[in-house]
Amino acid sequence: MTNQPQTHKYHPPRLAPAQIRLLERLCNACAISGDEGEVRKIVLEQVRGYLKTSGRPGDVKTDALGNVLVTLPGKTSGSVPRLRVMLDAHMDEVGFMITKDDGKGIFRFEIVGGIDLRQLPGKPVWIGEKHTPGAIGVKPIHLTRRDETKKLIDLDTLRIDAGPGSNSIKVGDRATFASSFTRLGPSLRGKALDDRLGVAILIELIKTAPDNIDLLAAFTVQEEVGARGAKVAAYTFNPDLAIAIDSTPAYDLPTWDGSENAVYNCRLGAGPAIYLADSATLADPRLVRHLVDTAESLGIPYQIRQPGGGGTDAGAIHRQRAGIPSISVSVPGRYHHSFASISRLADWQNTLGLLQAALIHLPADLLSRDREQ
Amino acid sequence: MKSLIQKLVETPSPSGREENIRQVIRLEVESYADDLRTDALGNLIARKGQVSQGGSKVMLAAHIDEIGVIVTHIDEKGFLRFTTIGGVRPTTCLGGRVRFLNGQLGVIGSERIDDPGKLPNFENLYIDIGASQRSEVAIRVGDMAVFDRPFLDLGDRLVSKAMDDRIGAAVLVETLHQWQPSPHQVFFVFSVQEEVGLRGATTAAFGVDPDLGLAVDVTGTGDTPKGLKMEVSLGKGPTIKVRDGGMISDPRLVDWMVRTAENARIPYQLEVLEGGTTDARAMQLTRSGVPAGCVSIPCRYVHSPSEMVDYNDVQNAVRLLLELLSKPIQL
Amino acid sequence: MINILPFLKKLVTAPGLSGHEAPIRKIIEEAWSPLTDELGVSRLGSLHGLRRGTASEPRQSVLLAAHMDAIGLMVTGISDGFLRVTQVGGVDPRILPGQPVIVHGREDLPGLVVQPSPRLLPSKYQEDPVPTEYLLVDTGLLPSRVKRLVRLGDLVSFAQLPLETGSETLTGHSLDNRVSVAALTCCLQELQHRLHTWDVWAVATVQEEVTLGGAFTSAFQLKPTLAIAVDVTFASGPGSPEHQTYPLGEGPTLGWGPNIHPALSKAFQELAKRLEIPHVVEAIPENSGTDAIALQVTAEGIPSMVIGIPLRYMHTPVEMVSMKDITRAGRLLAEFITSLDSNFIEKLSWEEQPG
Repeated sequence: MTNQPQTHKYHPPRLAPAQIRLLERLCNACAISGDEGEVRKIVLEQVRGYLKTSGRPGDVKTDALGNVLVTLPGKTSGSVPRLRVMLDAHMDEVGFMITKDDGKGIFRFEIVGGIDLRQLPGKPVWIGEKHTPGAIGVKPIHLTRRDETKKLIDLDTLRIDAGPGSNSIKVGDRATFASSFTRLGPSLRGKALDDRLGVAILIELIKTAPDNIDLLAAFTVQEEVGARGAKVAAYTFNPDLAIAIDSTPAYDLPTWDGSENAVYNCRLGAGPAIYLADSATLADPRLVRHLVDTAESLGIPYQIRQPGGGGTDAGAIHRQRAGIPSISVSVPGRYHHSFASISRLADWQNTLGLLQAALIHLPADLLSRDREQ
Repeated sequence: MKSLIQKLVETPSPSGREENIRQVIRLEVESYADDLRTDALGNLIARKGQVSQGGSKVMLAAHIDEIGVIVTHIDEKGFLRFTTIGGVRPTTCLGGRVRFLNGQLGVIGSERIDDPGKLPNFENLYIDIGASQRSEVAIRVGDMAVFDRPFLDLGDRLVSKAMDDRIGAAVLVETLHQWQPSPHQVFFVFSVQEEVGLRGATTAAFGVDPDLGLAVDVTGTGDTPKGLKMEVSLGKGPTIKVRDGGMISDPRLVDWMVRTAENARIPYQLEVLEGGTTDARAMQLTRSGVPAGCVSIPCRYVHSPSEMVDYNDVQNAVRLLLELLSKPIQL
Repeated sequence: MINILPFLKKLVTAPGLSGHEAPIRKIIEEAWSPLTDELGVSRLGSLHGLRRGTASEPRQSVLLAAHMDAIGLMVTGISDGFLRVTQVGGVDPRILPGQPVIVHGREDLPGLVVQPSPRLLPSKYQEDPVPTEYLLVDTGLLPSRVKRLVRLGDLVSFAQLPLETGSETLTGHSLDNRVSVAALTCCLQELQHRLHTWDVWAVATVQEEVTLGGAFTSAFQLKPTLAIAVDVTFASGPGSPEHQTYPLGEGPTLGWGPNIHPALSKAFQELAKRLEIPHVVEAIPENSGTDAIALQVTAEGIPSMVIGIPLRYMHTPVEMVSMKDITRAGRLLAEFITSLDSNFIEKLSWEEQPG
């Protein structure tokens, strides 16, 4: 640990109503991969607003793919160069694209990003800029043979129905589950918690950016279709290290036969999930140690995400240029990539808290240590 | 060279945790290299020579990571569940032994599979370190282990886990040890995380920015009973790769390598591998492009704990590399 | 002035499988030489043709990419004079039995892909389609001669000569993606009589069918302001689903989706409407399956577009294209290029996008 003054007992960051409202706006915004405009608008407004009112020097721009890239130089005296730290959260969500107009308000569609086909039947959707309501309908059970109910409903037979006479929808429009953000006691429910929770955290980290680092924030596009935005954002920033802030599935439900659940991935309520390994990245051990040490010494709840599976923007980031030490930290959530996901507010707060502490306590010589000790 | 090979294959270092093998190789090369550095992902890069008349900046890559397993869960009774690092198959796990990086040894066991025709998946497997309950287990979620088999010298044939690609690393070390005057500047890259997607070579190639690149890795053979239909055999020489599942070698490089081998009377085989790829693919796609090829060591039972190579093929690979580096490269 | 039909027929009869594009590059080089200010070759073998714009330096540039590599087969072994082969690029093995091919050994040898009699195949394949690994190529020559002339790694391309089929269509192999090379050539020809302020890089890329290697590396080297991939798309026809295909002969398709910059797509749509060039918008939900996958995410990112030329029976030796669609695509590209001015870049700002 660095020679910081003795730190106080950790309290999760306080949550103002404005922050919940921001989360609500972000989750309800429709921004499918390649069409992130609604979220980009909110991000730009938040970040530019902050820079204006705080007077803090910083730069905000959008790049060729639509990533929002924010540079906040730190402020230190002395000759030791500040670490250039990239933080990343993706603006896009999974959803649908209208691919053919069958006439009379009925449209064929394709899935953008990974969605289990079994999540589609019988759901309401919002289509296009205007969030025009529609539905993914299914044949009534009365007209369905018993053996048919055992068969998967093919994407080929599904349609989005916006009702007869809808004429504002065109081929190429995107659609998403019509799922509104809501609070359920200690939990948040909504669509696109993956990764609007990360976007909200990153906005807050910008507003509380410490002086000891140069903060390079990337609000990326197209993570759900291959971490494409992150690839170019990392190439542009060429940081010293990177932290991807995402959401990771919690499979912490009872198993079908009551046996011990050995494949939970992470658990709701157990704090930010630190990644050691997923299918796209083997986390830099120095960053793992720093995050774990920070959490342990300050008493911040945290958990280790089970190794294997999944992937985040870190997968693209660490392979850029001559290599960028990277790690991912995620807010746990159940039922990602379905009509609605559920996360705990406390996990969101503690993920923010852990990252705030980790940045403040980031030793300037972290990367000159050997990768493994 | 056999003791070098043994030292390298017996060092436990799965993808992402290459510190052990990096240290072993560092000791082998530091007094021979003009410059030695470790980059951001852990690639060990040894530079040798200067570019002179007609010479080029050449990158040679052999990966030092090996496949392994990583712990995902410790159950109440002290059994460890795991997932894989790199291309591990369930069939090579059954009854296998693993060694954790802290020295702990264990056995891989399997749940009962009801259908006799079915093979177990990784979800059915676990590691047994001899504990009776969770509290006795000092291993944690995220700890990694490699397969544990000692090196076997059968004369011409050598057997071990991690021949893929410690044998390539040995070839590079030996080539550096036997370095002769060359018009080229050569970067010997001992790359990391190849088994999980050529990650180290991708970033090393960007950093080195070579004029051309050669990987040294293992390839399969077609010389076992009812095996792969492949024209490569153990003992008939190192191969000159024409293509594999992920890249097509630059034909000009292939021609140059064939001519060189024939003129120097070094035995070689041509290789077409239908599955799998090597660091050469990563080098080829770097920056504005790098003409790339690969010298492969034929290997039986790849990605099993008992990979078998022919010692003569290995020595001839060293001879071939030295011959290739001794003169300017005419593409 | 190049007549496109004979040029295209020449393009498809020249071999140029992925990774071995030298023969086809030579032909394109000859055609592009009078149409460009400079010609160069990338380290992986892509052809770069530059037409300089009239604006003062530093000039913005647009890169047009058409992959010149084609799919085919490669020799993996020789048994008793018969050749065993594997695929280079994606070939449906069901189209292989009985196909005439050329084996590019020490000489070019005519050959035939043959499906051995069921009695010589595993019991599984008595009636089911036979995988490539069990098919053979028979050159008709004796084993000793084959051994001298053919070796492991030699390439095998389709021998089918192009056929001029009805309503100005052409049928043959390698139309994927030589038709786009032809379209680029039309565009360059059109530009000979026009002024354009931006630099134009016409790039015949290598290895699209295997690694997108040409697109990644040429984009990195040339770092254009914009990139347009021209490739074939699926034309409606027997056996292909109606909803995933586009009509043959009714114009090129203009891509729309995450792999394409929406402002570029809109600019092309407006231009095509204004010039009354028939076209269809092609909704591409994820990656486009073209060089644009690589072009868009090279270095700091490049605003990209995809132009599709409808093609029936893609990746078979009887691919079918409408010549009109090729010339339309070429003309649309030329018109787009001549319309580019220094203000165009502002249209690409994401902050101007509605919503």
